[in-house]
Amino acid sequence: MTALGDRDTDRGDGTQPQRWRGVSTDPDADRSLAEDTSPAAVARLRVRSRALLRDLLRPHRRRLGLAVALLLAQNAAGMAGPYLVMLGIDRAAGPLRAGDPVPLVAVAAAFVVAAGIEYAARRGFLVLSARLGQAVLLDLRQRVYGHFLRLSVTFHERYTSGRMVSRLTSDLDSIGELVDGGIDSLVLAGLSIVSIAGVLLWLDLPLAAVTLLAFPPLLWLSRWFARASADAYRRTREAVALVIVHFVESLRGIRAVQAYRRERRNEAIFGVVNDDYRVASRQAFRLIATYSPGIKVIGNVTVAVVLCYGGLRVLDGETGVGVLAAFLLYLRRFFEPMQELSQFYNSLQSATAALEKLTGVLDERPSVPEPARPVPLPAEGRRGAVEFRSVTFGYRADAPILAGLDLTVPAGQTVALVGPTGAGKSTLAKLLARFHDPVTGTVTLDGVDLRDVADADLRAAVVLVTQENHLFTGTVAENIRFGRPDADDAAVRAAARAIGAHDFIAALPDGYDTQVHRRGGRLSAGQRQLVAFARAFLADPAVLILDEATSSLDVPTERLVQHALGTILRDRTALVIAHRLSTVETADRVLVLDGGRIVEDGPPERLIATGGRYAGLHRQWRNSLV
Amino acid sequence: MPAERDREPAPTTKAGRHPPAASAGGGRSAGRGRLANLWRLRGYLRPYAAEFGWLLVAALAGTGASLAVPLVVQRVVDGPVARREPGGLLSLGALVLVLGLVEALLIFVRRWMQSASSVGMEAALRADLYAHLLRLPTSFHDRWHSGQLLSRATSDLSVLRRFLSFGLFFLILNLVTYVAVVVLLIRLHPPLGLLVAASAVPLFLISRRFARHYHAASRRMQDQQGEVATLVEETALGLRTTKAYGRGPELAARFAGNARALHDIGVGKARLLARTSALFDLVPNGTLAVVLVTGVVLVSRGGLTVGALVAFVSLQLMLVWPVQSLGWIIANGQEAATAADRIREVLDTRPAIVDAPGALAPPRAGVRGRLTFEQVTFRYPDSGAPVLRGVDLTVAPGETLALVGATGCGKSTLLSLVPRLQEVTGGRITLDGHDLRDLRLSTLRRLVGVAFEEPTLFSMSVRENLTLGRPDAGEDEIHAALALAQAEFAYDLPWGLATRVGEQGLSLSGGQRQRLALARAVLGRPALLVLDDPLSALDVHTESLVEAALKRVLRDTTALLVVHRPSTIALADRVALLEQGRITAVGTHSDLLATVPAYRSVLSADPRPAAGAGVSS
Repeated sequence: MTALGDRDTDRGDGTQPQRWRGVSTDPDADRSLAEDTSPAAVARLRVRSRALLRDLLRPHRRRLGLAVALLLAQNAAGMAGPYLVMLGIDRAAGPLRAGDPVPLVAVAAAFVVAAGIEYAARRGFLVLSARLGQAVLLDLRQRVYGHFLRLSVTFHERYTSGRMVSRLTSDLDSIGELVDGGIDSLVLAGLSIVSIAGVLLWLDLPLAAVTLLAFPPLLWLSRWFARASADAYRRTREAVALVIVHFVESLRGIRAVQAYRRERRNEAIFGVVNDDYRVASRQAFRLIATYSPGIKVIGNVTVAVVLCYGGLRVLDGETGVGVLAAFLLYLRRFFEPMQELSQFYNSLQSATAALEKLTGVLDERPSVPEPARPVPLPAEGRRGAVEFRSVTFGYRADAPILAGLDLTVPAGQTVALVGPTGAGKSTLAKLLARFHDPVTGTVTLDGVDLRDVADADLRAAVVLVTQENHLFTGTVAENIRFGRPDADDAAVRAAARAIGAHDFIAALPDGYDTQVHRRGGRLSAGQRQLVAFARAFLADPAVLILDEATSSLDVPTERLVQHALGTILRDRTALVIAHRLSTVETADRVLVLDGGRIVEDGPPERLIATGGRYAGLHRQWRNSLV
Repeated sequence: MPAERDREPAPTTKAGRHPPAASAGGGRSAGRGRLANLWRLRGYLRPYAAEFGWLLVAALAGTGASLAVPLVVQRVVDGPVARREPGGLLSLGALVLVLGLVEALLIFVRRWMQSASSVGMEAALRADLYAHLLRLPTSFHDRWHSGQLLSRATSDLSVLRRFLSFGLFFLILNLVTYVAVVVLLIRLHPPLGLLVAASAVPLFLISRRFARHYHAASRRMQDQQGEVATLVEETALGLRTTKAYGRGPELAARFAGNARALHDIGVGKARLLARTSALFDLVPNGTLAVVLVTGVVLVSRGGLTVGALVAFVSLQLMLVWPVQSLGWIIANGQEAATAADRIREVLDTRPAIVDAPGALAPPRAGVRGRLTFEQVTFRYPDSGAPVLRGVDLTVAPGETLALVGATGCGKSTLLSLVPRLQEVTGGRITLDGHDLRDLRLSTLRRLVGVAFEEPTLFSMSVRENLTLGRPDAGEDEIHAALALAQAEFAYDLPWGLATRVGEQGLSLSGGQRQRLALARAVLGRPALLVLDDPLSALDVHTESLVEAALKRVLRDTTALLVVHRPSTIALADRVALLEQGRITAVGTHSDLLATVPAYRSVLSADPRPAAGAGVSS
């Protein structure tokens, strides 16, 4: 456990992890649910990851068979070499001396054929095995990525983007390392060990029996290595994930890092995670540094023993010099692949640790699953009626955010939600967009429980726009089209016009074709919000949820959006959360939320007239205007 | 697409003030230049130079030990076995045993030492890369996808580590083994030995061609890995948006395209390696065949003993592995060269914003806080039109000036010039008469407190997030800052100020994040406050509380604020209107409202739509 010792001594006072990282409210923040640390869970995960590997290989069984056949051919051809040397020395030299070149020519011809076969088979095998490995990687990469997309927002909030990046890059890299050179060395080494063992047995049984005595220590050493390295590599996977998380986060917040002269402190913190990774890797490498020469020792001792014992047997006339020479040659080829095998075993352990992490992700069940038997939304009549029926929700059981909320919104109504921070406004919005499912109670759309609506139907019907307006790499037009991928350019422009975003987009260097993340495509927060609005408008959902979607807009732009909203919201159900009450004023109905309960409900004019919470807020807001 | 990516980093390198002599962009195509960047990383080997020397000695001794074994075997066959002396047999057997144990011990020593030095080099290089990235200006980070940077800090570094610990090592070792074996072979039998030596010529030709092709392929591979990392990160960041629109299938298709490209490049690389690797098998086999035939002929004529032929052939078989592994080593070397290129592209980019020689470090107490913009122009490095075209503006000590302008007119850009996150491209900004560029960067950034329009919280404790720039802040100061920003909720979090927030921690609402960011900015009473729309996410009630508190602070602090709403303008003593990259009007809010129509249209809540308002950029 030198790793832990180093860790403690390397750390300075100010960089103790708990101090800067703080205490997480989630004790399992660093791993997926399947990755428990108990031995039983570890074993279970290992079994599951093996099953995953089998599952990944299953579609490639035929290719795998062909690869093994090619490998056999290569191996057989390769094996022929020393045997032909023996034949040449023992059988061809004598006849040649007697003037008969035929045996030598035959041996030479056989050698050339063998070399040719070995070349062709090796080349074919390498290509085939790479295709196989790459296909498995591709499959795995897509599976994990697709699964990340299916997992709920709750999962991602806990798991974090850096860790997701780590899984899909670093972990797959280490599986790729196995794929790159591993499969051939495993099969080839395994095959040549088995076949050489056969040849050895056939050449000289007693000598072979002595050789086989090397196996028990080999197995014992391998078992030790398997256990130790599984632990070590698991630690490296976790350590590298933290490195990546920290790296990605620092670069994302680079403006804050620089503005607050945070460089040194960040370096100190990065130094800690980087060093943890270094120590974990070193530990893993030291294991293989012990294992590999250990095998060498066993091999070399065996050679010495065979030499003495074989020499004695030759002296006793029980075997020929040629046999002893061939035996020793084969013995070298017997133990050489053992080295390769140990390298392969090492890559396998490293890849398995990575595969376990990926299995942990793949085993994570989406907490907001697709319905097994989706119920179609009614196609007829006015759409967009929303109902919350005694909905309870909280991220933690002891702290409910919504407790038994009932709310009916008829189709086409615009409802504004107001209330202090933490009242549950955004939670309500997220439940309606089915980012989460209620703990108890139901949320229905046009009478159908959201849990029974197919994701594609739900997303076509309900769109949530928040103040986080993510723009994807690509052009402005592509980002608007994100709302409806089949929309043509005219529709994209019409959406931008409707929302009042056309003028600024047209003024960008390449207009709608401006790349948003580079070359003059830097959009201000307000401009990004406009693009996000255009996107939502293009999506044309039956229910539109706006969660603080206008906070970064300046007054004139907001006015334009406000104006546009009048049109946009006319034909659909809308749930609007806004601190600025200009948006709220135009709503059909205002709900005042506090502590997860609706405390006021009614048209804005009436609430102002009756005097209450909303009237107070409204007065305050009025005063804040010029 | 890949071609574009290849070119893209080049301007970055050139943007550095002192382009390095062997620039990454230029040197790549030339044969010699392929390894130039790898060679330039040798400094990271230096701490381990002595160790590396010992490693080589150990490895050579180990190889020597293993080479000696067949010679001893020859002795055994020709000596005790031929002469029927069991005693000699056993002593030679013991020699083989000792040699074998020594070989294994030397391998152990080498690998044990290597496991520390290779990860040590990797970690040192990663730490340097990270530190360097933190010092590169925001314009660099705007241009580079973080996935590309990440893949340099992880995939590329592990490629380098593999090369430095194994590839380079085996290259040297195998070359030495090759030469040593060939020398022994020549001594055993000069004509046959020379024949084996001649087989190096085709090997060399094959290697050269392979190296050239493989270099290009590995560059494509590593760039594509960066693309995939970028896409993954973007997916993670845009996850809510993706979910909100149910666009998972589209993103999955996009990812599939990228993953497929990675697959195709991988298969292409394997094809190259397969062809060469098989050739590397063929050459020694062909040589062996010739040696065998010639050897048997020689034996039959009595020119060679059987023992000598056995020794020759078994020595020659020792060449199989070094030659076979050549393909892998070259591949590894080329990948490392590519990785070195990619890492140097970053390391060679000089931080554009650095301390001038003899930069000043005025003490906080001596700073009055007069901020002056003199004909300031600013243009993003890769875009044509300047954002700012001659801004003249003075903020008097203790004054609060609000910057007003239409969405996208450059207000945030202007603010970012004050802590020198971006550098003016023309004119100058002075603080108390000193050009900002004459102040020490760390001093300047200590004097300026900043809050951005998007509050950044790191995955750390609340306390760490608050004291970002002032790790020495006391409890009182923290409390004062939290109170001012109406962020006392932080004390009520599950673990108080020790609660982890940010992406890996508790998620806070937009308003909460903004208040923490504001508290961070005012912590420690900076001389100059630069706040970008600091209250946008707050509800009306909280906003008015924060405003009241902020007003007290702003009384004696120079402040530059970007505001979008009339309510926040109440904080300001004067207002400046930014239009078309210039300041077109400065005055009090009521004056401008009365006299400047453009100002009225930008700020007034008057619902009459003003002509052409707002959205021109």
